[in-house]
Amino acid sequence: MSTTVSQIDEVKTTPWAGGRSPFAVEYGKMMMWFFLLSDAFTFSSLLISYGALRFSSAAWPAPDLVFQSVPGMIEHGAPLVFVGLMTFILIMSSVTMVLAVEAGHRNAKKEVVWWMIGTIIGGLMFLGCQALEWNHLHSEGFWWGAIPKMDELKTLFHEKHATEAVMTTYGHQFANLFFTITGFHGFHVFSGVVINIIITINVLMGTYEKRGSYLMIEKVGLYWHFVDLVWVFVFTFFYLV
Amino acid sequence: MSSEPIHTEHAEHAGEHEGMTRKRIWNVFFVLLGITCVEFFIALYLVPHGAMTYHTANPIYIVLTLAKAFYIVGYFMHLKFERLGLVFAIIVPVLFIIGLILVLTNESHHWVDLRA
Repeated sequence: MSTTVSQIDEVKTTPWAGGRSPFAVEYGKMMMWFFLLSDAFTFSSLLISYGALRFSSAAWPAPDLVFQSVPGMIEHGAPLVFVGLMTFILIMSSVTMVLAVEAGHRNAKKEVVWWMIGTIIGGLMFLGCQALEWNHLHSEGFWWGAIPKMDELKTLFHEKHATEAVMTTYGHQFANLFFTITGFHGFHVFSGVVINIIITINVLMGTYEKRGSYLMIEKVGLYWHFVDLVWVFVFTFFYLV
Repeated sequence: MSSEPIHTEHAEHAGEHEGMTRKRIWNVFFVLLGITCVEFFIALYLVPHGAMTYHTANPIYIVLTLAKAFYIVGYFMHLKFERLGLVFAIIVPVLFIIGLILVLTNESHHWVDLRA
């Protein structure tokens, strides 16, 4: 009885020899990664077309003039404060999500539930803030294919020399792109909240306890972090640049 | 003879659980918060007071955004601790996005001429 492994058997133990995942992740988790990759392409094509249109424009509504109110509190002169709050909420809900994943590794059901509830609340708060933000812009006159009246629109540009025709054109482009991209992102947040609620109910019913692993939390966690990641980019390219 | 595969199996599971402790999670959170604060400092203080122009601020925003993306994907999404094969499978396709950025940036230069 020899203990040496024959050459052929040894080949079979490498990660790429077949019979198991070379990536050493469970199938569903790997598919979540590939779905997120495809979603990353969708979001980047939206953001890149936004970039190209803005880069080629003669004038563009200035972020510090368009976004300078905190709905219900400050009407003017507080640029980026509200969106800063939204960013903080989303990063915070990402943290509670990793903490839920971490608790899942320790099979601590109660902790998982509380962190998941925290994540859901964060998501709902973000959606609420976005609804206020949309409502504010809508009340100013912005919507898909709609812009504020000319005397009001003029106050949103730094380029004072721009003609009314130029402001009309690029005001429209800004409005369409803003509502499409933040809307698509908000839809992702909404789906994430729904998925998180379903998973939390499953945790409460003991589905993963019976299964012996909280891997499902990791998978929805990946989706949730991706939504946060997209917001980081939306925030930079709509509000900062 | 059969102890060989079991051994590698163990090594895999050990790798799966290393990574995110609670302390590390909060560290990453404070890094993300710090980067965001720097961005706000530039946008709300440096640029309005003329200490920095849009031309210098914009590349800085983009670098800081990519840094945040690295921390979110690497630590929160755990990609830093996955097998190299999975890391490449996710990161390499994303590089094509850079191609689209270059093409459309170049294209938008021509649109300016067309619109003039």
